[in-house]
Amino acid sequence: MNYGVVSQEQLEKIDEILSEQLIKIGVDCVIIIDMAGNIITAKDNGTSKYDVYSFAALAAGNFATVDAMAKLVGEQEFSLLFHKGTDCNIHFSKIDDELLLITMFGKHISLGFLRLNVVKALEQIRRLWAGK
Amino acid sequence: MSFINLREKIVQVKVVYYGPGRGGKTSNLEYINRKFSKQIQSEMVSLKTHGDRTLFFDFLPFDMGKIKGYELKIQLYTVPGQVKYNATRKLVLKGVDGLVFVADAQEAMREKNIRSLNQLHENLKEYKESIFKIPLVMQYNKVDLRDQGIPILPTSVLEQDLNSKLKVPYFEASALTGYNVPETLKKIISLTVVSVQKKLL
Repeated sequence: MNYGVVSQEQLEKIDEILSEQLIKIGVDCVIIIDMAGNIITAKDNGTSKYDVYSFAALAAGNFATVDAMAKLVGEQEFSLLFHKGTDCNIHFSKIDDELLLITMFGKHISLGFLRLNVVKALEQIRRLWAGK
Repeated sequence: MSFINLREKIVQVKVVYYGPGRGGKTSNLEYINRKFSKQIQSEMVSLKTHGDRTLFFDFLPFDMGKIKGYELKIQLYTVPGQVKYNATRKLVLKGVDGLVFVADAQEAMREKNIRSLNQLHENLKEYKESIFKIPLVMQYNKVDLRDQGIPILPTSVLEQDLNSKLKVPYFEASALTGYNVPETLKKIISLTVVSVQKKLL
């Protein structure tokens, strides 16, 4: 998959999916990054202000580290990661070998509900790529 | 690899400072961070050990303004220089668009420079990149130590050791005083932007 250039149309569709599945249920911020730490797209609820560029660099590093740990214990991969805080939680999920979906959300959303919606969003995004 | 957002007209480019441990990669970024604070909107991220050595990477996003209507965002990274951290170095090199090789010009570091450059060559191969093709700038750092009587390799020797086959642009520099640090940065940015343009546009 060549993700180096994503068309405007594709980005708009992805943004639509993210808004519909995640921002609507009360997620603070959603980012899609590649494993090199580039931001493909970022969407937020309009009130949260995160430094998404530094975040993307750290998240790509974090995911790569966890991937290496998975290999050490004989796993192919850990395809999702979750960090729990007092007010903010972060959920990482692999879209494919190159792309990562990161969701930041507060304490009013349950992890289970979020995961259901993340899965739906992932399916739709993968379909979008496949149809390319 | 660089990423171009056609909707928001943003180009993201990844530049990595590579080189042997304690060679001045982080110092390069720290100087840039101080000197160009206007172009840097967020704080420099440093993942280091208690002893202040880089553990994973440093990260500094750098805004270059607009080129042909596209906003250019340069992402500067360093790698950990210590020999044992090669796995981490490889991770940081993923998707690299341009490289600065920061060599330590002290006589005592001669072999370490060569070894580090060889490893860079190997690491790039794993990503199917070639050290002969990727935009690269050599920086011979710590030349300021000459004034303190510390033996420094002449540039001709460093060129012979590191750059005789690559023949890339080089700079004598001092990351501590900032001598040629902005020049190195400007050079690698212009080389990288030209190469990204060729590849993608």
